[in-house]
Amino acid sequence: MAKLTIVQAVNAALRNELAKDKSVVLMGEDIGVNGGVFRATDGLHADYPDRVLDTPLSEAGIISTAFGMAVNGIKVIPEIQFSGFMYGPMEHIYAHIARTRTRSRGRFNVPMVIRTPYGAGIRALDLHCESGEAIFTQTTGLKMVIPSSPYDAKGLLISAIRDPDPVIFYEPMRLYRALKEEVPDEEYTIPLGEANVVQEGSDLTVVSYGAALRDAIKAVSQTGYSAEIIDLRTVIPIDTETIINSVKKTGRCVIVHEAPKSCGLAAEIIARINEKCFFNLKSPPERVTGFDTAVPFAKLENYYLPNEKRIIKSLNKVMAQ
Amino acid sequence: MVKKVIKTFEIEYLQVMDTEGKVDESLMPKLSDEQITEMYETMVLCRTFDDKGFNMQRQGRIGTFIQFKGQEASQVGSAYALEEKDWMVPMYRSGAAMITRGFPLIMLYQYFSGDERGMKVPDNINMLPMAIPVGTQSPHVTGLAMASKIKGDGAVALGYTGDGGTSKGDFHDALNFAGVFKSPAIIICENNQFAISVHRKDQTHSETIAQKALAYGIPGIQVDGNDIFAVYKATKEAVDRARAGEGPTLIENYTYRRPDHSTSDDAKKYRSEEEVKEWAAKDPIDRLRKYMMNKGILDDAKNEEIISKAKEKVEKAVEEYEKVSEPDPEDIFKYTYAEMTPNLKEQLEDLKD
Ligand SMILES: Cc1ncc(C[n+]2csc(CCOP(=O)(O)OP(=O)(O)O)c2C)c(N)n1
Repeated sequence: MAKLTIVQAVNAALRNELAKDKSVVLMGEDIGVNGGVFRATDGLHADYPDRVLDTPLSEAGIISTAFGMAVNGIKVIPEIQFSGFMYGPMEHIYAHIARTRTRSRGRFNVPMVIRTPYGAGIRALDLHCESGEAIFTQTTGLKMVIPSSPYDAKGLLISAIRDPDPVIFYEPMRLYRALKEEVPDEEYTIPLGEANVVQEGSDLTVVSYGAALRDAIKAVSQTGYSAEIIDLRTVIPIDTETIINSVKKTGRCVIVHEAPKSCGLAAEIIARINEKCFFNLKSPPERVTGFDTAVPFAKLENYYLPNEKRIIKSLNKVMAQ
Repeated sequence: MVKKVIKTFEIEYLQVMDTEGKVDESLMPKLSDEQITEMYETMVLCRTFDDKGFNMQRQGRIGTFIQFKGQEASQVGSAYALEEKDWMVPMYRSGAAMITRGFPLIMLYQYFSGDERGMKVPDNINMLPMAIPVGTQSPHVTGLAMASKIKGDGAVALGYTGDGGTSKGDFHDALNFAGVFKSPAIIICENNQFAISVHRKDQTHSETIAQKALAYGIPGIQVDGNDIFAVYKATKEAVDRARAGEGPTLIENYTYRRPDHSTSDDAKKYRSEEEVKEWAAKDPIDRLRKYMMNKGILDDAKNEEIISKAKEKVEKAVEEYEKVSEPDPEDIFKYTYAEMTPNLKEQLEDLKD
């Protein structure tokens, strides 16, 4: 057992799978000798030079060739350097990667994990700060995982790699090195589609995932409320049951995410609450999210992020009724 | 049965001035002493700006900074060939080209400090804002140029890509559309031999970037990107052809990225310091200075004056930059649509209280 950061946990999961399965291949920009711009693949090229590939600079090239590799028996794990560059290859993701199981009536599957860092809060450049998960949650046929801790990152990534379906693995850039925790040396998996109840409580339910979950936890700790905090971990499929059971108990809910507000995941979660336990609600659910705007640059990004102040405001609001 | 060669191709390389500042007079483009001096002053200003930006980043006075040091000839020489009405599409490393077109230094410092007010291109400059995605610039150049052709306004469009950027489909689209529509477009590939850590030879199996033009039926040339006269000559000829209705050109400026990719990168991980030193010896500014000194256009006193003028301009920009007020949070919402939607107004109100 060692204390690892999220980047190190990602590295450990990749190393584990490279060692275990000869069909695992990593590809991406600067992931080889350079070890990735965040060092997520540090040292892997040295040990597996033929299976950790630096590619030409083309996201569409990476993802489209990865599709062909995946259909032909390679467990391919492409890295897109920043999630803001996921849209060049979108035709291949939408039209092929997400749809080939359906199109081939189950004959072919696309077992691929696209890893990419997402999110604001590190004073990065334009298009290095986006949270675009809602674009993928509407791309039916994909699964999507967003870890918030080193332990989860390793277990979820191993599960994603072994999953028979295509998975987008969104890595919270802001948390890459922000926290360390004990991560077992040996392999373990965390099932996709199961949320984690980070903290039990009875006054209200807080649902979040990724980097925003850390802000939610901090905000809750500054109030006296007994909050049940749920980390979704997998945003497709959503663990509806865990959310509904909690809201049935508390009758109040605040959802926190960094992505824009309109038609975001919070909207979907509130819809499910309305469908399944509307009459248990004591107050209208609240969303604390990014705005329906581009992510502002460094000088203003803290206004955009669902910061503690904004979260506490919503916690108080749902508790007022 | 027939088996014969149906087409053969050649690729030209152009150098006008060698590393000692000696020029081949037969290749020398038409430039007055005043113009050459202006080019030199611009390069010195750009270098001073770039060095200062790097130092300020290290002192925490600005954010992530992207240097162009060593690529001044490639950028100043090409931007200098444009007329005021022409369009330019910069990438994130195009600071020197932007400065050549009159973009205020202070705004570049603002941009790299995470202040979006630094992105608003002044109304009198036909230029898109600096864009971070690699490679998207090239097809935008083609489109801007197509518009000028349709409107008949006599303008051409020029833009920059790195060697890495030539790997994207965007590059293919740019050259293919430009060829098909005879668009007055000039694509400059600054082949500085690295895309972060990936070397040019791992980017494409082609021997040159320039030869890629031939597949699209358009002219392509490789020039010594540290020779401002070669860059200017190739660009000016391409601009003249484009303006005359003869279509697009691809120019590969063969140069070298001397700094780390950005201030967040550590190039020691993937290349040797010797190589960087070798290229420092081919510095484009030193080369032009030697030429001007030999030619008697420049002496030590005048050189000192140019350097101190550049320093003054940069210091003044820094001083103003450090006095700039913080941006208003309302700026987050203001430019999303022509008119703020009710939904955005509500979100703004929420933010305020
Ligand atoms: C579409 C896209 N993918 C990845 C990146 C991250 N990135 C920024 S610069 C760069 C390398 C670009 O190399 P090149 O085109 O040769 O230009 P240079 O930086 O050397 O001037 C990469 C991979 C990006 N900005 N845009």
